[in-house]
Amino acid sequence: MSTGDTPVNSPEIRRLARVLEPGHNYASVTDKIASIVLTRPTSLGWLAGFGVSFTILMVLMISIAWLITKGVGIWGINVPVGWGFAIVNFVWWIGIGHAGTLISAILFLLNQTWRTSINRFAEAMTLFAVACAGIFPLLHTGRPWMAYYMFPYPSTMGLWPQFRSPLIWDVFAVSTYGTVSLLFWFVGLIPDLATLRDRATNKAAQIIYGMLAMGWRGSARHWHRYQSAYLLLAGLATPLVLSVHSVISFDFSIAIVPGWHTTIFPPYFVAGAIYSGFAMVLTIAIPLRKAYDLEDFITMRHLENMAKVMLATGLIVAYGYFLEFFMSLYSGNKFDVFLVQQRLHGPYSPYYYALILCNILTPQLLWIQKVRTNVAALFVMSLIINVGMWLERFVIVVISLTRDFMPSAWGRYQPTFWDWSTFIGTLGLFTSLLFLFVRGLPAISIAEMRELVAHSEENK
Amino acid sequence: MNLPHPDLYGLLGEFDSPDELMEAAERVRKAGYRRIDAFAPFPVEGLSQALGLGRKHNLVPLLTLAGGLGGGLTGFFFQLWANTSSYPMNIAGRPLNSWPAFIPVTFELTVLGASLFAVFGMLALNKLPQPHHPLFNVERFKRASNDKFFLCIEAHDPNFHLENTARFLQSINAQHVTEVRDED
Repeated sequence: MSTGDTPVNSPEIRRLARVLEPGHNYASVTDKIASIVLTRPTSLGWLAGFGVSFTILMVLMISIAWLITKGVGIWGINVPVGWGFAIVNFVWWIGIGHAGTLISAILFLLNQTWRTSINRFAEAMTLFAVACAGIFPLLHTGRPWMAYYMFPYPSTMGLWPQFRSPLIWDVFAVSTYGTVSLLFWFVGLIPDLATLRDRATNKAAQIIYGMLAMGWRGSARHWHRYQSAYLLLAGLATPLVLSVHSVISFDFSIAIVPGWHTTIFPPYFVAGAIYSGFAMVLTIAIPLRKAYDLEDFITMRHLENMAKVMLATGLIVAYGYFLEFFMSLYSGNKFDVFLVQQRLHGPYSPYYYALILCNILTPQLLWIQKVRTNVAALFVMSLIINVGMWLERFVIVVISLTRDFMPSAWGRYQPTFWDWSTFIGTLGLFTSLLFLFVRGLPAISIAEMRELVAHSEENK
Repeated sequence: MNLPHPDLYGLLGEFDSPDELMEAAERVRKAGYRRIDAFAPFPVEGLSQALGLGRKHNLVPLLTLAGGLGGGLTGFFFQLWANTSSYPMNIAGRPLNSWPAFIPVTFELTVLGASLFAVFGMLALNKLPQPHHPLFNVERFKRASNDKFFLCIEAHDPNFHLENTARFLQSINAQHVTEVRDED
């Protein structure tokens, strides 16, 4: 079937449609992915990258130590703006994690083969993002060593957590999300750990991978149960990922603060989370495939599909912004109308315009296929979207809190050095973990790649 | 059990592709062997059926359901008990049993319980972790996690006969038919 001057079967289209470059067999897929972990020497680039990340991680450690010494007063939070950077960063990081679950669970249920080579590191990204996110509310409590108060344990005070509060829902949602993401990731890793165990030549690696693989030997009986557990986990993770960001949006939407109290929040938060998450997957995937020559596995098709998901979720986010705007004006509620004016003309309006530029205008370029298939452009765009999504949370938290009902309660918010150092420090934690992950575990699921090879042989 | 060698675990045959393995599995079953297992570096569709494993061999879904129900019911009734019985607090006359507010935690605990049961149930049913297994004594079996497919007829099978079974495996195109021994 060809339609005029753009035949569907043209080599260009076929190249773009591939999820795996031709010429691979089971052994070559295994060799290529396992060699990154087992045989390749540690490159200077890895050492430099890890060194920089680790240094930034130390900035986080110092910031936390100083915070615990002095208290949350070292941050810029004040009386109208009690939430500040801690909550902005928390929501941002959790959102980033969501793409990993979407790729591993929802695309798995939808039988999308293009998820195969990106799901492993996207899930790792989820875990590390949740780790970074979890730090913020913990520190924000002011006394992180008392954080166990949030769990329902039989205390001598006879008290229970306030189960009607979205903040407690958050505790349950985020800890469940972290646990399930870890389980999902680990279950996916078991067969690959067995591969590493069988291929490792040094004793320490054999023992470590051997223990982690738990004696996996690829028995048909085992695979049978394994597959059903994996499918069930995917089915469970799908509503979970939607619920987590919905619950986080409840932190805002259940409050009566203008700009927060809207029913659009749950879907719009979930879409925003996936949007920023895919941007982060691209930010990681593009250098990763370059550094380890994985262009055969993470093909143009993957990058283009991710770009399309970003475009789609970006449009949902844009619809959310529009609806927020429209409902505020349509409701005629003077506080809501005032908030819209504040976003457009208030002291923080530059942030709002920057947000519109990053999140709504820039991604419109993704309509053009040349942009979607241009690696450099995608990389830059993914960074812009990450910044944009961070600005979105900043706008939501800060503008609403500085301009609530009474002018006497209005205020300003200025992040301090320690706000920035904690935030940037978590970026160091995130990238340090990613560097260690890429070096120590297979960044692409080897077992699933073999399955992909088997399927592409069938189709021949 | 009357075994030719007390430490013999079984005979292992090697295959090159999932299709060959499937065919071999069907023929081994037709020949009357029951204590058999196949090993592949990735899940092969239909292989467990070819080996004669029915639905009842998979309790994972049922365990997952139990975990989910357990988690959800515990979550809901715990909140109900904490708010209405253990520490009831009258706040402006609002109902103590404000069940809609308990749903998010109930939901999260449902998912948590189901996931934990799915994963740990799967591992337990597969008898993992199991660091030692006779198959690991076979050097070539390392490729079961790479690019080769294996079929093992266990020595416990009533039809097992060292020479005949080995010859049978060769007749169904198994390469490198090896004796698997459980030596220490």
